Amino acid sequence: MFTELNSILSSSPDSVTPGEFILVSDRQSDASFLIHHFLSFYLRSRCKVIFLGLVQSFRHYSAVSQRLGVSLTQAKEKGQLVFMEGLKESLSVLIPQADNTESQAMNFLRDPPVGLRSLYEFVRSCAVGSGRAEDGAEEWGPPVLLVDDVSVLLSLGVDAGAVLDFSHYCRAAVCSQMKGNMVMLVRCNGEEEEEEDGEEGAEALLKGLTHQCSLNLHVQGLPTGYCKDIHGQVEVCWKRRQGDGPHTQRNLFQYKVHDKGASFFPRGTSSAVL
Amino acid sequence: MCNNIDVIISNMAAPVSGMGEAPAERLPINSTSFQKKTRSKLVSIPGTRPSVQNGQLLVSTGVTSLDYLLGGGLAVGTVLLIEEDRYDSYSRMILKYFLAEGVVCRHELFVATAQDNPDDILQELPAPILDDVAVPKAVEQPRLTGEPQDSLDAMKIAWRYQHLPKVQSALASSSRFGHYYDVSKTMEAEIRQAAKCHRFCLPDHVTPSSTAHRLESYSALLKSLQEVIHREGFDLAAPMSKSRNILRVGLHSLGSALWGDDLCCHDKPRHRHALTTFLYGLRALLRSSLSVAVVTLPSHLIQDRALMGSITRLCDNAIALESFKGSERETNPLYKDYHGLLYVRQVPHLNCLASQLPDHKDLAFKLKRKQFSIERLHLPPDLSETVSRVSRGELASACGPSASGTKNLDF
Repeated sequence: MFTELNSILSSSPDSVTPGEFILVSDRQSDASFLIHHFLSFYLRSRCKVIFLGLVQSFRHYSAVSQRLGVSLTQAKEKGQLVFMEGLKESLSVLIPQADNTESQAMNFLRDPPVGLRSLYEFVRSCAVGSGRAEDGAEEWGPPVLLVDDVSVLLSLGVDAGAVLDFSHYCRAAVCSQMKGNMVMLVRCNGEEEEEEDGEEGAEALLKGLTHQCSLNLHVQGLPTGYCKDIHGQVEVCWKRRQGDGPHTQRNLFQYKVHDKGASFFPRGTSSAVL
Repeated sequence: MCNNIDVIISNMAAPVSGMGEAPAERLPINSTSFQKKTRSKLVSIPGTRPSVQNGQLLVSTGVTSLDYLLGGGLAVGTVLLIEEDRYDSYSRMILKYFLAEGVVCRHELFVATAQDNPDDILQELPAPILDDVAVPKAVEQPRLTGEPQDSLDAMKIAWRYQHLPKVQSALASSSRFGHYYDVSKTMEAEIRQAAKCHRFCLPDHVTPSSTAHRLESYSALLKSLQEVIHREGFDLAAPMSKSRNILRVGLHSLGSALWGDDLCCHDKPRHRHALTTFLYGLRALLRSSLSVAVVTLPSHLIQDRALMGSITRLCDNAIALESFKGSERETNPLYKDYHGLLYVRQVPHLNCLASQLPDHKDLAFKLKRKQFSIERLHLPPDLSETVSRVSRGELASACGPSASGTKNLDF
């Protein structure tokens, strides 16, 4: 959990605003450090967390969370965290063997055009299952869905439209029905002005998800070039739907990622410069 | 006799034992190949060492400057993507260094090609310099003979810069890891045959003319790789009874048309996700076993930059080579010291938040007989004679018309 980011977003583990869809996006950069922040943030605020770790192994997230002060193995044992390790489950689908018991979640790998229905069913069963309090089990807060990351589904052959449907269904189930939150990471590679046909999938996905979300953290490299002390800039964009009509508010910060966290500062005030 | 065995074992283990770190970072048994420092049963594998940054198990790529660029070495369980240069000369060279290092460290090899026999690559491996005395020195200032060193080190004019460190353009770290190879000789057959090598030649597994060829070549490769990992015991879940070893996987020219893919042939390929799904499966296999992979890819044939971006993101480390051969840069005096440029496209952050980004982004490489060196690109000083030399005639004519200045002016 990055304390400076908490103050920027005016959020704290004690009071979590329900029903939020936070989109973390990056362009030619790596925004996965923000996923680690949200993972430790929601675990500290005692929500039930469903994590779809599609690109890295469990050990990677566990090691980073340890440095941020949260133990994933303990959370998993207590039932607070449901971790779906995409890499491990995908092997049983990609290399079919007769005696394998496969989980249904990564079924879309067998026939990508079909869509992500089985993945959504998995998410829904985890989220709804948290409503029932079992005897002796601890009561956790509303469910939170974290996806790292959504663009890899495009590389695995799923259509951008199917991914948008999946995120919409998950938002309806987790955010509206269960009053939980959702955080997704989407990665984009091209320049914003280029209109390449090959980028249709990724750009359309980014635009669609930006439209659906309520808070967007967009990470980019510095427009002036590569710098070792400032790793990039983060644009924080709120969309407030309640109150006095739609009102967007944008803030721009620069950041640097350390071993144990990340520091955020307004443009031009990096410690390397001042 | 016991003393000798101790010496041999300590030589095979991490060479940084002099730093006072007792062999604490070794390989505990867990579900993936990324390890943290724990106190469980310890096994040390020859040819590997733990990373000083995050305790990862590292192997050498065979090229010491490349090891330095990647943060000390290639982490076990990751993929290195090399975007080939136009004639596939230097990328093939790095692949051969990687496999040769595996032979010398007694790791097992797995080589896959689409058309050539894997034995062709294996027979071209460079010969190791086994009793190597040559340790690369830092760039030395040229010295006049007969002058004692002290007077040269004390600067007379630029004495304020005396305490600054000397610029070291060649990338190397202080502790040596990996071996050196002589490119002019090939590895002797008996050394090569001592290493266990698994081969995958695509025509043996999938007939090129079958309709299923297009999509099945990658899944056949993945299946074959998983079989080897299972059978030879590289799985992390396998029991710890016998000694562990590392499997080095070399995949040559993935994505070319010979693998049945049309990524290189069309602007909008129809089965764009065949290669990316394979890379995803490869990452899944590597993370759960003691293996490391080097993949070369002819990226200059792929027109779709977005696809190249997703391929790069699915590999952990990625570098691109651009050789000067055949281009107009070959005769450009600025680049006369180098054979090509090297770009670092991606460096991973594994088990930690921050990645070790390289200090400089402009790197060039040079293949010498005993070393493949990667250096920071330096432009040579401009020593041409026509630069900034104002002739006396021009000076005089600028001051006003005089007798000697009329040779340039012709009124």
